[in-house]
Amino acid sequence: MTTKQKNSLIDFLASVQLALFLLFLLSTTAIIGTLIPQHAQPVLYSQQYGPAAARFIQLLDIDDMYNSWWFLSLLTLFAINLIVCSADRLPRVIRLLKRDNLATTREQLERFSLQRAIDSPLPCDEQLGQLRSIFKEHGWKAQERHTESGAVLLFAQKTPWSRFGVYLVHASILIILVGAVVGSPAFARKVLKNSDFAYKGFVMLPERAFTDHVIAIRQNQPINLGFMLRCDQFHIEFYDNGMPKTYRSQVTVLEQGQEVLRTEIEVNKPLRYKGVTFYQSSYQPYQNYEIQLKKQPDGVTSTQIIPPAQETLWEAGGISYGIINRERQGEITRRVKLWLHDGEGEASQLWVEMGKEVVIERPSGQYLLNIKQMYATGLQAAKDPGVWLVYLGCLLMLVGLFAAFFLSHRKLFAHVQEKGPGCRLLFAGTANKNKVQFGHVFTRMADKLEQR
Amino acid sequence: MDSSLLFGFSMIAYILASAMYLAGLLFKAPRFNLAGTCLTIGGVAMHSLATLLRWQETHQVGSGHAPLTNMYESLVFFALCTALLYLFLEYRYKMRGLGAFILPIAALIMAYASFSPRIDDSIKPLIPALQSNWLIAHVVTCFIGYGAFAIAGALGLMYLLKKRGTQQGEQRENGLLPSLTSIDELIYKTLIFGFLWLSAGIITGAIWANEAWGTYWSWDPKETWSIITWFLYALTLHARFTRGWSGTRIAWLSLVGFATVLFTYFGVNFFLSGLHSYGAS
Repeated sequence: MTTKQKNSLIDFLASVQLALFLLFLLSTTAIIGTLIPQHAQPVLYSQQYGPAAARFIQLLDIDDMYNSWWFLSLLTLFAINLIVCSADRLPRVIRLLKRDNLATTREQLERFSLQRAIDSPLPCDEQLGQLRSIFKEHGWKAQERHTESGAVLLFAQKTPWSRFGVYLVHASILIILVGAVVGSPAFARKVLKNSDFAYKGFVMLPERAFTDHVIAIRQNQPINLGFMLRCDQFHIEFYDNGMPKTYRSQVTVLEQGQEVLRTEIEVNKPLRYKGVTFYQSSYQPYQNYEIQLKKQPDGVTSTQIIPPAQETLWEAGGISYGIINRERQGEITRRVKLWLHDGEGEASQLWVEMGKEVVIERPSGQYLLNIKQMYATGLQAAKDPGVWLVYLGCLLMLVGLFAAFFLSHRKLFAHVQEKGPGCRLLFAGTANKNKVQFGHVFTRMADKLEQR
Repeated sequence: MDSSLLFGFSMIAYILASAMYLAGLLFKAPRFNLAGTCLTIGGVAMHSLATLLRWQETHQVGSGHAPLTNMYESLVFFALCTALLYLFLEYRYKMRGLGAFILPIAALIMAYASFSPRIDDSIKPLIPALQSNWLIAHVVTCFIGYGAFAIAGALGLMYLLKKRGTQQGEQRENGLLPSLTSIDELIYKTLIFGFLWLSAGIITGAIWANEAWGTYWSWDPKETWSIITWFLYALTLHARFTRGWSGTRIAWLSLVGFATVLFTYFGVNFFLSGLHSYGAS
């Protein structure tokens, strides 16, 4: 490539036209994936759109368009555009900020749009003192320099760094994109050849069961956790109107058979352990029940898992029991009708709510009873080492947007020169944004100077 | 006194305020505008009070939650944000003529929330997915942004109407309507304000999604449309900053932007399916 061609390529990549074009293209193509279902079975596409359209959809990966080569290429081009454009413009900003403001001449100040010339009867020293105090009162930290012609220049500026705001936003987008790549399961699998590095997995864990792995979503490959997770219990709580209130899994983490952590997972309260985060995602009710019994005053206990409509004998407690009816909402049992007999008199029959302890008085003694439906908890497991980069990027983006939109680089100059017994003062200012507002500040300060 | 009655009063106040502002504009009579401002302030006060009252009422059905959890509550909050931002603009820039374009939006949203058969205004307890402090952060940031974009859209419409009026040589140089340059400047200011809040809304939503579902971005239709909106406003701001676009073009873009906001808000719920379906009823 010749230098000229190279330059024109860089100019193209740095251009705002390209940025505008890419923003337009990204926003319009992104619509496609919201209209055409993503990750559906190939059959569905030919049923819904016909075979020709379905082939086209497969060809352009529209069934997974946000991971398709062309959409990722657009995003990559967008990232390159951001880098080249910022690299192209940043040196200019740095040069601007490095400029020696105290070398500004009176002639230059006279060309500022905000300026006021004041002839003061005060001697120069006193006038300078006043200037310093007015600058200070308004929160401006002034520097001074004596020029060769015997004049003094006061200079102060506010938030010069706000000029970087827009580049901070650009950088934040790049950081977010890098974080997204680092945390992407596809990147871990295909580029790093290490699917343990980042993954999204799932496990359906029955109560009392252990797992040392989860199943990667879509690949259906097992991924080792490096520790064991046990589901101790799963609970559902309901509001009075029947809406679900809480899904909660009590879990234990084990390392080499040793319990290291006992905790709960709820929706919006995930468990983080060794870089893996477990989320309450679903559940599976089983049609069997854990029955805990305790006989008083003997103190003997029993825990049994039984299906409905089956008589169970508890010899040590001297009773038979079973579930003879159930009140269900879908697969979830709200309460069961329990039958219990100790061989003396009539058998007890009573409705028992899940998880609520009841006391049954029998001729042979007092029975404390607790029934619970058995469940499996569905946990999502995610390992995303890039998420902190994404969060950092988000934070920088908000700071950058604020600086870019609402802060401006403001400069104030005061040039003081002797003139007879008094002095000649030129007060000037400039701002790169929000000029109207800065104009008010300038006028107020200039008025104050004139009045004193 | 219950919250729905107070919401009803605030809706009436917005409707009357819209009528006053429109009368002020048509008859070129500033005193109508003053009445409009008083009604808007009264409306916003009742509206805020009603929101707090509804918050208190949620304690009767569950453990209590900020009233920002379904379509009705978000609509009502959208109207509140729009009216509040309008009052701020009026106070800050002393342009009462804007009310004729913005207050009807607030009134319309309130009327839709109250009378549409698709909108259920009953208070329901929170399902587990919504039990998070990110709920407040996410909804508040989004709707401040949406409120600003509603105002930018209204200003865009005002710009285009006024421009057409002046082109047709109408001698209605209405002292109550700001000059084209001031409207243009104000569109730009509301756009950057809205853009900052929209960004914060998308970010808080992503963090919440990561806390609840284990993934901060899943290209769900709601997420995708929010980023489409973001791209569109980013495009508008770049066109203005670097290509010097202003006036008619930015006015049109602020209208297109607001249409995208509306689709992100309503269209996605009504026409597309996805994870983010809480707002649908």
